[in-house]
Amino acid sequence: MSTLNIINKSPFEKRTLDQCLSRISKDDAVILIEDAVVVAMSGTSYDSQLKTATADKKLYVLTPDLEARGLADRSLLDGLTAVDYKGFVALVTEHDRVHSWL
Amino acid sequence: MSNSIEVNGKELATDEEGYLENLADWEPGVANVMAEIDDCELTDNHWEVINFLREYYEEYQIAPAVRVLTKAIGKKLGKEYGNGKYLYELYPYGPAKQACKYAGLPKPTGCV
Amino acid sequence: MEEEYSGGVEKKFIYINRRVPHGTAYAIESLETVLIGAAFDQDVSMLFIDDGVFQLKKDQNTESIEFKNFSKAYRALEMYDVEKLYVETESLQERGLSADDLLVGVEMIDRARVNELIDQQDVVLSF
Repeated sequence: MSTLNIINKSPFEKRTLDQCLSRISKDDAVILIEDAVVVAMSGTSYDSQLKTATADKKLYVLTPDLEARGLADRSLLDGLTAVDYKGFVALVTEHDRVHSWL
Repeated sequence: MSNSIEVNGKELATDEEGYLENLADWEPGVANVMAEIDDCELTDNHWEVINFLREYYEEYQIAPAVRVLTKAIGKKLGKEYGNGKYLYELYPYGPAKQACKYAGLPKPTGCV
Repeated sequence: MEEEYSGGVEKKFIYINRRVPHGTAYAIESLETVLIGAAFDQDVSMLFIDDGVFQLKKDQNTESIEFKNFSKAYRALEMYDVEKLYVETESLQERGLSADDLLVGVEMIDRARVNELIDQQDVVLSF
């Protein structure tokens, strides 16, 4: 049983990502969409926390939202996988449930 | 044009479905006027439900859904009253909607 | 809706509440969704984590801010057959609160076990 967790707020503004990571298990996945994509590149203050998370959990980022924010050409954090809309849909179908952390 | 009803010489604002805009405007006369509009005569049994609804709202700040009302009335008056039939006979337009309106409550959550 | 819904598949729903009440509409929207959904005979749980624990704080008085004090409605949930209320222990502690500060009886759950609770659900709704 696994959950796909969707995060859409910038972790620099809201603590949603931390709140999510502190409660999910290793079978779960997280996808960063909308404003949450701002921590997807390497070199932010979230680096080490996200690296720890990617050690045992799957982390994804939605490419169209990176592109929209001018961040598509930056190098992504190691262990983070970029997906397009089709990939996002596939992730939804691969998991037992979706938890959208509004 | 805004909606209102006249009760004891006072104009009280209602919404387009006839529910009181302000809970605090309620007085027993409101129920009587609303019942008259619906061509319905209020008996002690009707008042029992109206008073129950007002107490319920005071305590929980919500108008109960019909099944919650039914269960609660059954608990209060006895099992033979705890079914839809008794309440629908008193309030043919729907116990939650019609009785809540007479009691001055907002439309019950869950009634669309 | 005066008719009760019957038939269909019963699913397990969990409503996760994460925000302080009154500053935004999330708390009341969640509660209203639960009350409306209760007519559909589903298996409903509510979980209060992070700032959501403030929704169950005793002694809320909204008179001066002129908002409706919907906190009283949490005590009616039992009549709507919503009997499973969970509160995360750590969230309460972080905010200087304890179970005695809450207006209803709840089941306390440790942060490490929140995931198990979510794993049992068919539908997760977060507010």
